Amino acid sequence: MLKFDRVSKVYRVGSFGGDELTAVRDADFEVRPGEVVSLIGESGSGKSTLGKMALRIASVSRGAITCDGTDISTLRGNRRLKEYYRRVQGVFQDPFSSYNPIFKADRVFAVIRSEYHRGVSDAEWREKVRSALDVVRLDPAQVLGKYPHQLSGGQLQRLLIARALLLDIDYLVADEVISMLDASTRIDVLNLLADLKARGMGILFITHDLALGNYISDQTVILHKGSIVERGGTEKVFGDPLHPYTRKLLASVPQFHKKWEEVEAELRARELADTGSRDYHLSTAQEVPGDLVEASEDHFVQPFVPGVRA
Amino acid sequence: MSLKVSDLRVYYRTLRGDVRALDGPAFTLADGEIMGLAGESGSGKSTLGKSLIRLDGRMKYVGGAVELDGDEVPVWDDRKMNDFRYKRISLIPQYAMSAMNPTRKIGRMTAELLESRGVRFREVREELNRRIELVGLDVDVLDRYPIELSGGMKQRVVMVLSTLLNPSLLIADEVTSALDVSTQRAVAETLVEFRDRRFVKSMIVVTHDISLVYQIADSIMVMYAGRLAEKAPARTIIEAPRHPYTKMLISALPEVGVKYAEKRLTGIPGSPPGLLDPPKGCRFRARCPLASEECEEQPPFVEVERDHYVACWKAE
Repeated sequence: MLKFDRVSKVYRVGSFGGDELTAVRDADFEVRPGEVVSLIGESGSGKSTLGKMALRIASVSRGAITCDGTDISTLRGNRRLKEYYRRVQGVFQDPFSSYNPIFKADRVFAVIRSEYHRGVSDAEWREKVRSALDVVRLDPAQVLGKYPHQLSGGQLQRLLIARALLLDIDYLVADEVISMLDASTRIDVLNLLADLKARGMGILFITHDLALGNYISDQTVILHKGSIVERGGTEKVFGDPLHPYTRKLLASVPQFHKKWEEVEAELRARELADTGSRDYHLSTAQEVPGDLVEASEDHFVQPFVPGVRA
Repeated sequence: MSLKVSDLRVYYRTLRGDVRALDGPAFTLADGEIMGLAGESGSGKSTLGKSLIRLDGRMKYVGGAVELDGDEVPVWDDRKMNDFRYKRISLIPQYAMSAMNPTRKIGRMTAELLESRGVRFREVREELNRRIELVGLDVDVLDRYPIELSGGMKQRVVMVLSTLLNPSLLIADEVTSALDVSTQRAVAETLVEFRDRRFVKSMIVVTHDISLVYQIADSIMVMYAGRLAEKAPARTIIEAPRHPYTKMLISALPEVGVKYAEKRLTGIPGSPPGLLDPPKGCRFRARCPLASEECEEQPPFVEVERDHYVACWKAE
């Protein structure tokens, strides 16, 4: 289990680092094996920072991230870190800049081999690569021996996932992996993540797109300005959004079959039903600092006081 | 009818030959119509927008005609196009908000822009202030540098600037893509407001996000590999598309409420053809489940129903 235990990230900013900027505040959630957790937020919400901390690209300022009980910030030395990366890997947004354009794309596999699988024979290695490519549904003849510019974004992104698979990882941090892909291919990569989940992998799916998060995830975490405002089972969060920010997001996401006005009217009606009074208004609500409260089973929300309608 | 494009062909020159990025689209745009132009990357949607403003050095006019409010638009003549640019046709290019001059305050940048087009800043100042306030910004932004504004604010400034002279046609290329969902909505709704207030007569909104364009557009046109696939009222494209490409594209898009476990969506196998030497006939043929022999000939873009145009032999 990849567990975020009241994790905060504080950056020092300003001249001489005199000021502090809290990018993530007390994030508390977990990714279990065989589960997709989507981390949804707008730019600056701290969603990528959380992913980076899980991959140890950024350090944790307060709190701890534990992987099956081991605090990952205590992993020192090449050997122990390598062991960790054998289990946890990341794939990022821009597949084109993840590759070195001078080398062939399958060099990412060769690097894995020289770092982690030195004793493996050539034949065995070929078989391993073939089966990893099979999982991500790529034809070896089409992708091996090619340069990055000869492959499409979807193919490159799938190669990176195949690379992660060569390590038999348990957890994958997928940071906006499909935002750069075309509409006709992005769904294939999304389905691929769902297949990996079915094989028992835990996936931290970081996105700004609510529709994607809703499609694939079991658990949803909504981030706003570095704090979790609502989290829980995906059906709960999307089906019965409680926090004003979640509702605002849901009202803004463009949908098929429903125009913005219709979605907004629905949410208004729900708001009215919640408070039972026209005098209270969620959009002027004030957050109450403190821990999330459990609204129902597997559904947590940041407490807030509804504002008075202007 | 405000815009009429007939058989416009614009190719990109490369060392290995011409890339047929825009291969003969023909369509019309009614007065007051907001048309969403959707397609994957490389479908020619941005090239279409750019061709109506300025052909850059790599682009080559091959044929076709464009008409705006009854006047011929000489897209092949860089100098003559000056009568149209900004005054009658205005383009918001992709990433326009990042292209503002960082060393000028926005007001001064605007003045320079207007004067380069032979318009006095003083004469439009009042209207500019009014419109800045209309989009929910403070007039103070004119005294600020671009770096001081957020993405949504910059995008709104760009929208006000590009429509200041009430052009007949506005082409907005991916204006909402780099923004957060909530800002995206505000910007998209501003586009509609500009049309309603008749700042612009008609609009082409180029985007890869069909669900966004569905929210604001009257009609949606889908392009594939440099050609038109389908054009219809927005609701029809979403609910009753006829071209196999549109159908597959729409069914590949997840929306809030659709879960993987309940309804597994599928993508479109394969990838679009290279346009250096495009295949003969229908360009979607190789990926199309319905393709047959007759598809070796290019299907015409015909009206199958009122305001519903499709280029497919199988779309009866």
